Amino acid sequence: MDIKLQQVSYAYAAGTPFEKRALYDVDLTIPSGSYQAIIGHTGSGKSTILQHLNAILKPTSGTVQIGDKRIDAGQKPKELKSVRQRVGIVFQFPEHQLFEETVEKDIMFGPMNFGVPEEEALRRAHELVGLLGLPQQVLEKSPFDLSGGQMRRVAIAGVLAMDPEVLVLDEPTAGLDPRGRKEIMNLFARLHREKGLTTVLVTHSMEDAGRYADRIAIMHSGKCVVEGTPQEVFAQTELLEDFRLELPQSVKLQRTIEEMTGHEFPTLYLTEEELAEALASYWTPNGEGMN
Amino acid sequence: MLEKMIFGRYIPGDSIVHRIDARAKLVFVFLFIAIVFLANNWITYGLLIAFTLTIVAVSGIRFYFIVSGLKPVLFLLVFTFLLHTFFTKEGTVLLDLGFTEIYTGGVIQGIFIAIRFFVLVVMTTILTLTTTPISITDALELLLNPLKKIKLPVHELALMMSISLRFIPTLMDETDKIMKAQMARGSDMTTGPFKERMKAVVPLLIPLFVSAFKRAEDLATAMEVRGYKGGEGRTRYRQLDWNLRDTVAILLLVVFAVGLFLLRS
Ligand SMILES: Nc1ncnc2c1ncn2[C@@H]1O[C@H](COP(=O)(O)OP(=O)(O)O)[C@@H](O)[C@H]1O
Ligand SMILES: [Mg+2]
Repeated sequence: MDIKLQQVSYAYAAGTPFEKRALYDVDLTIPSGSYQAIIGHTGSGKSTILQHLNAILKPTSGTVQIGDKRIDAGQKPKELKSVRQRVGIVFQFPEHQLFEETVEKDIMFGPMNFGVPEEEALRRAHELVGLLGLPQQVLEKSPFDLSGGQMRRVAIAGVLAMDPEVLVLDEPTAGLDPRGRKEIMNLFARLHREKGLTTVLVTHSMEDAGRYADRIAIMHSGKCVVEGTPQEVFAQTELLEDFRLELPQSVKLQRTIEEMTGHEFPTLYLTEEELAEALASYWTPNGEGMN
Repeated sequence: MLEKMIFGRYIPGDSIVHRIDARAKLVFVFLFIAIVFLANNWITYGLLIAFTLTIVAVSGIRFYFIVSGLKPVLFLLVFTFLLHTFFTKEGTVLLDLGFTEIYTGGVIQGIFIAIRFFVLVVMTTILTLTTTPISITDALELLLNPLKKIKLPVHELALMMSISLRFIPTLMDETDKIMKAQMARGSDMTTGPFKERMKAVVPLLIPLFVSAFKRAEDLATAMEVRGYKGGEGRTRYRQLDWNLRDTVAILLLVVFAVGLFLLRS
């Protein structure tokens, strides 16, 4: 399912003295099956964009096309339940949305709202708990008795249980420990690869954007200023500097090596593994090859 | 989603209404609430409206904005109007609906009550829109200070009030966020049949309570580690300052009250 934003502008509290413009004429297309990263500073409008992807917010002007559903500015809400089911959003700090008596019930809440039969919802809850690396015993526990990291996983399972076609993630690993981050990011990558789940990731980590995404969009002051493949985006060093964004660690290291040795690599290495491999193939035991 | 609620919010500005001492504004509004009940005929109710609108104009806040922000209470206003229209049986019959009759007295009474309601709500809204919550509580604490003699915990009450006011926007934001998150999980309390909406309240309220309690605990800890131990011997950073214009404002209201008193029937 493609999602297409055309000339989307959005203002919070429109028409009051507290009016706050958050998006300006944003164009963005997220093709079915892609992995789109959105990066940018706090307050640049990333979360606002995400809320347009399942029509929780409707544009103040412009249109959002979600599959065959078209959301125009200023139009009354139509039947949106199917859109909400097909586009699952994991909000920032999703553990705040837990409320049921048991983890099991909480994971089943989403699917049952969309009319999934109870046995099927139950089956999904049991499967997802395993998929997210939680022991089966947590199913019977109260979500409020879990650790922060476990709560996060339960909340993510609650969205995955809706079986969405598009998974939207708003800084899903913020506040987790490094190991938890990696596990969760790898899980999303796996779902994307194996199930063809269209994925939209908002992140502050350039490494994650470079490693996992097919395309990267940069938001700055409510505008989408750059859009392209990770190779294209991270090649524009000066531009990134203008927006005060960093390069991924591996690219930084690559640039430093290039500066020190004068050697130009043919491409950007977006992960440390790729860079290590490239370096290893230049490396010869008698110290030749680096220049 | 809740962003249109204006009750309890403050709009910065530097009109004379903004600058009047918070104590004067509080006294003014309390007196006004009493004065409203003096009106009992067309002239006096007309004057009430004129007086209120003048203050709105002086405050520099757009009237359209006040009205649009008051939509939630507008429903109550219409309700009280209808209640009086249908249940006051005075004057002559205006309309015979078969099951009941509507009397002229009822309609007039309905209009009067609606006006009363309207000016009260607008006046208190102007108070909160033009005064920071902190000055309101400071003012209240100072005004209530004499009651400490009869062992009323004035400082604690004022503190409770300022903390509540301080957390209204925070809780609103929180509500907005949780509402959106549950909407994304297919539970929507803004559309659909009434029963569905009621079902959507629990998933909203429980997370809200959990986070409110957590916040309260954190706040209590933070206050304790910074040595808070009640109002005894506590000094203030912000000083309220009573000027001539504050006295004049109160006097104007008294003059207005006398006028109403003379014109009422
Ligand atoms: N509920 C809201 N009401 C008013 N303004 C908001 C609200 N949410 C976000 N904003 C404002 O909109 C802008 C974009 O916010 P957001 O999309 O949350 O940015 P990001 O996710 O990139 O940090 C910010 O300036 C923010 O202050
Ligand atoms: Mg955000």
